[in-house]
Amino acid sequence: MTSSLTYGGTLQDTPLLEIDALLDDPGVRIVVCCGAGGVGKTTTAAALGVRAAERGRRAVVLTIDPARRLAQSMGIDLLDNTPRRVDGIEGTGELHAMMLDMKRTFDEIVEAHADPSRARAILDNPFYQSLSAGFAGTQEYMAMEKLGQLRARDEWDLIVVDTPPSRSALDFLDAPKRLGSFLDGKFIRLLMAPAKVGGRAGMKFLNVGMSMMTGTLGKLLGGQFLRDVQTFVAAMDTMFGGFRTRADATYRLLQAPGTAFLVVAAPERDALREAAYFVERLAAEEMPLAGLVLNRVHGSGAARLSAERALAAAENLHEDRIVDQETGKAADRGSAGTSPTPSAVEPDSDDAHEPQHEPASEPGSGRPSAPPTSQLTAGLLRLHAERMRVLSREQRTRDRFTALHPEVAVAEVAALPGDVHDLAGLRAIGERLANGGPQAGTGS
Amino acid sequence: MSRLQVVSGKGGTGKTTVAAALSLALATEGKRTLLVEVEGRQGIAQLFETEALPYAERKIAVAPGGGEVYALAIDAERALLDYLQMFYKLGSAGRALKKLGAIDFATTIAPGVRDVLLTGKACEAVRRRDKQGRYVYDHVVMDAPPTGRITRFLNVNDEVAGLAKIGPIHHQAQAVMRVLKSAETAVHLVTLLEEMPVQETADGIAELRAADLPTGAVIVNMVRPHVLDEEAVRSAGTAARRQEIARSLGGAGVSGAAELVGPLLEQAAEHAQRVELEREQRAALEALGLTAYELPLLSEGVDLAGLYQLATELRKLGVIGGADDWGTAR
Repeated sequence: MTSSLTYGGTLQDTPLLEIDALLDDPGVRIVVCCGAGGVGKTTTAAALGVRAAERGRRAVVLTIDPARRLAQSMGIDLLDNTPRRVDGIEGTGELHAMMLDMKRTFDEIVEAHADPSRARAILDNPFYQSLSAGFAGTQEYMAMEKLGQLRARDEWDLIVVDTPPSRSALDFLDAPKRLGSFLDGKFIRLLMAPAKVGGRAGMKFLNVGMSMMTGTLGKLLGGQFLRDVQTFVAAMDTMFGGFRTRADATYRLLQAPGTAFLVVAAPERDALREAAYFVERLAAEEMPLAGLVLNRVHGSGAARLSAERALAAAENLHEDRIVDQETGKAADRGSAGTSPTPSAVEPDSDDAHEPQHEPASEPGSGRPSAPPTSQLTAGLLRLHAERMRVLSREQRTRDRFTALHPEVAVAEVAALPGDVHDLAGLRAIGERLANGGPQAGTGS
Repeated sequence: MSRLQVVSGKGGTGKTTVAAALSLALATEGKRTLLVEVEGRQGIAQLFETEALPYAERKIAVAPGGGEVYALAIDAERALLDYLQMFYKLGSAGRALKKLGAIDFATTIAPGVRDVLLTGKACEAVRRRDKQGRYVYDHVVMDAPPTGRITRFLNVNDEVAGLAKIGPIHHQAQAVMRVLKSAETAVHLVTLLEEMPVQETADGIAELRAADLPTGAVIVNMVRPHVLDEEAVRSAGTAARRQEIARSLGGAGVSGAAELVGPLLEQAAEHAQRVELEREQRAALEALGLTAYELPLLSEGVDLAGLYQLATELRKLGVIGGADDWGTAR
């Protein structure tokens, strides 16, 4: 593969996602970061928040489940479910951040919408306690609820939201509706007052089905459980309309022009497949997609040297070494004393591309502080070949996505060698987000 | 060697890949394994390059030496309907329940029921015997929910015991827990040599131990070869040495070598930094006191051939033979 193909080939045709333009646009009030787990969603959301604030906006970041050190660095490791100001932001803007406490968010809704005695009854109900403490869908529902609350407070001109690490990236769009429709739905009405519904004309079949159903559920789950659910439902009764209304309002908020979705992915097959699903789903739901953030993209300043040529050169160096050894010293090139075998090349690094006749190196034997130049150079070349292979794999997966969705603007973020857990690191990510491309200015 | 192998891990660590490779490795030489998926993502089908898995056990791969890998995507709703049919002969009434939202309620809203159904189906496969009384599957490998949710997922009993105090769901949950807490089960966590996944692995192990669930091994995935260390990179700091490298490159047939030295050394410095970080993370993993196995990064990505390669690797590492760290042999 030629270097022009392995580096930036198709991306030239792909629209560039202008992060700064997005963050600077006063019309943009909400940025939602979504995508598969493990692609750096939370870090991206935090980095966007830092950058927006340092470009003068009053921003708040809602994170769901940040890594401990990231949370600590932003001062949001305390779970009090309200945004706190982040220190160390440069410039005129402000950054606030919070970590979602979903049980507390749920409790607050109950407390705000039911009278004290009824609220108590709900909060003490075992079914409620289980439901609110992290049940599938609750986290997504509460994240959207919190987003609605933050937006309603109107204290920030930009809200950046991280989405929960769901089973599927689409869960957070589905779950609010699902929970809403359950809490609001026919089934729960049946559980509450079977006689009332059954008594209506023309509901004979339903009546039969229903009594059998409550009977079955009772048998299946135990009568106690069903009674808990019924108590819960009765206590929540006054709030049902509210749940549906709020779920609908949040949904409309997500569709509004002030919202921008960023799909976050890494250049890996699974992550980009999820990203493609997400792009399609957002379009179907008429939700405004701003573009794709592609994290951890590798680049190379030496991309014009292909993997194949680098490996061939490394082998040349290796052969030279063998020739040197054979002419210079004894033929016993495996022995520790004479062997200039790569001390820097660890014995377990034997990938398929290494020559078969590689002598076994002896890691214990007097490691010189500076390996011979030919070894070092061969190591550099092997490393480069590995990098180029990663590059071309990433390019292929990206191409597959681009072929499906050529209209989606892309911002690339170069891979960092280490993890990010402080403001400086977030700032660096923000810089890469805005200025795009792996190692900008390099490559062909 | 535990018969139920549960594979969890942080998102992005490749737990589905590892689970699939493990199922192949365990099937090698005439064994039969069942690979189950519980999150409805169809990750297994994609990995094995086949069409979406139905709610049925299908043979999806043949392992070296004549073994077989079956796969099953467990669907909570179907599992519940099966269950109702089995115990209550519900038949078409099941559809009526579905229409009313009762099935949806039980499988998505009612706390724990979903997990009872998913783990219950897996445990049923573990215990299933044929007419001759032999186990139908030698091993069941579960591609489980991620580390952050695994303990809660497996510990269905706690969840359900507080709610459904009697009734078949309660009994089912207890039967499931008897398998999950026994030596028949081992829970493995997949990680990368990066700070966040390692931290999450440590947290996950602590949670599993606190819940009395049997921990298995730590599987470090996508390990890159160490080509150069920091020492070597530092030695290349001087201008004279850089010139030597350029000459050496030129001698090996690389054109325009002078401009390549800088970028190549930059890559080497990044590599050395990574090696250093990985060393720290390895130490952190060692402190967990579990056996760790390392799988190489496949630079071409994981395709079907890569999957077999990883399976071979797992066998070479002694994952299959060395029973001790993987629970008690049958």
